[in-house]
Amino acid sequence: MNKVVSGAEEAISDITDGAVLMLGGFGLCGIPENCIAALVKKKVTNLTCISNNAGVDDFGIGLMLKGKQVRKMISSYVGENAEFERQLLSGELQVELIPQGTLATRCLAAGYGMPAVFTPAGAGTEVAEGKEIRNFNGKDYLLEMAFDADFAIVKAWKGDTDGNLVYKETARNFNPLMAMAGKITIAEVEELVPAGQLDPDAIHTPGIYVHRIFQGNHYEKRIEQRTVRKKN
Amino acid sequence: MALTKEQIAQRIAKELKDGYYVNLGIGIPTLVANYIPAGMNVVLQSENGLLGMGPFPFEGEEDPDLINAGKQTITTVPGSVFFDSAMSFGMIRAGKVDLTVLGAMEVSENGDIANWKIPGKMVKGMGGAMDLVASAKNIIVAMMHTNPKGESKLLPACTLPLTGVRCVRKIVSDLAVLDVTPDGFKLLERAPGVSVEEIQSKTSGRLIVKGDISEIEV
Repeated sequence: MNKVVSGAEEAISDITDGAVLMLGGFGLCGIPENCIAALVKKKVTNLTCISNNAGVDDFGIGLMLKGKQVRKMISSYVGENAEFERQLLSGELQVELIPQGTLATRCLAAGYGMPAVFTPAGAGTEVAEGKEIRNFNGKDYLLEMAFDADFAIVKAWKGDTDGNLVYKETARNFNPLMAMAGKITIAEVEELVPAGQLDPDAIHTPGIYVHRIFQGNHYEKRIEQRTVRKKN
Repeated sequence: MALTKEQIAQRIAKELKDGYYVNLGIGIPTLVANYIPAGMNVVLQSENGLLGMGPFPFEGEEDPDLINAGKQTITTVPGSVFFDSAMSFGMIRAGKVDLTVLGAMEVSENGDIANWKIPGKMVKGMGGAMDLVASAKNIIVAMMHTNPKGESKLLPACTLPLTGVRCVRKIVSDLAVLDVTPDGFKLLERAPGVSVEEIQSKTSGRLIVKGDISEIEV
């Protein structure tokens, strides 16, 4: 079992046009920067991207949108990207907006081997259109299907050579859920250590879910909304 | 005088109780954190995966891995905990969050809320709002009473695509505090110097006024 690959280019080398990808992160926090850069370089197109957000114009998934590599986005919030809005309004890009908790739970279902889940989010709204509705204890729930993604691409803080992952702070977000949900899961980490060096009690994603891992470099970790207070 | 955004937040803070877990939406709701009464233990939930959100960091101490649901840099408080997005919405769905405060573009007299989409104009998405309003035990809406055109945002029925149905419990606007009841909007308090007649004229949904309506203390 050798999960360690040389870098992002090798990790994504078999991602081809038309693939369905999951990409971890919330806003620009905890996104797989190295793999996104490699996908942009590879110019793979016609992608379906499942990701909570679509990056900003010049960073994150926004870079892939700029290269017209994305055919469809499945997200909960896409408000920070003018190019996204332009492509959407012009019809170049398809978008499916789904509630954030539903997005998370559809990843979870895939990783837990459950074909579908019931959730109340969106009941009585246009999100419910065309979906099976069941009433449990007097409340309506929508049947939501588990995602079916070819590749999940996630970013962790630390990982080991067996693929075990640990995330940092709110950079965790969708990463562990997507890591569980891909047919092939690629993890890029800030620090790759030999198996056995991570505390087994502190691992967030067990390595069984991870197929390829590498230590990324040059993390920019761009901040979207820098908010501070003054001392005194 | 209509309330300022800060005063709306200040009034909503009076609804907090010791031990509450609270989710604050983007905009006016975020300001509520500034008015948590001293000595009261309120834990703020940020749906991107944090319980125990603290204030903004000091200049130079920003951490790109530590943000809130509005993507702003934040800090933690002692006792805080991180988790993934599924658990975050799991605790919301399971009704563990005591109070949700969020903004709205429209609220109807039966408690429907619209705040995520203006067809043909705004297509940003619902984020976590639909999950929150579908499951929260107690939802307070913080908003202006009228839109920039001066039209009422408290309606007989919402005209914009809905975020959730029959879920809003209370509204704190710049003009009034109202409960959403089975019979319509029940006026509880009015902004200082704002008359019941003015509130009536700016509320197009059914308004219930019973007895003397006291002024909001700010």
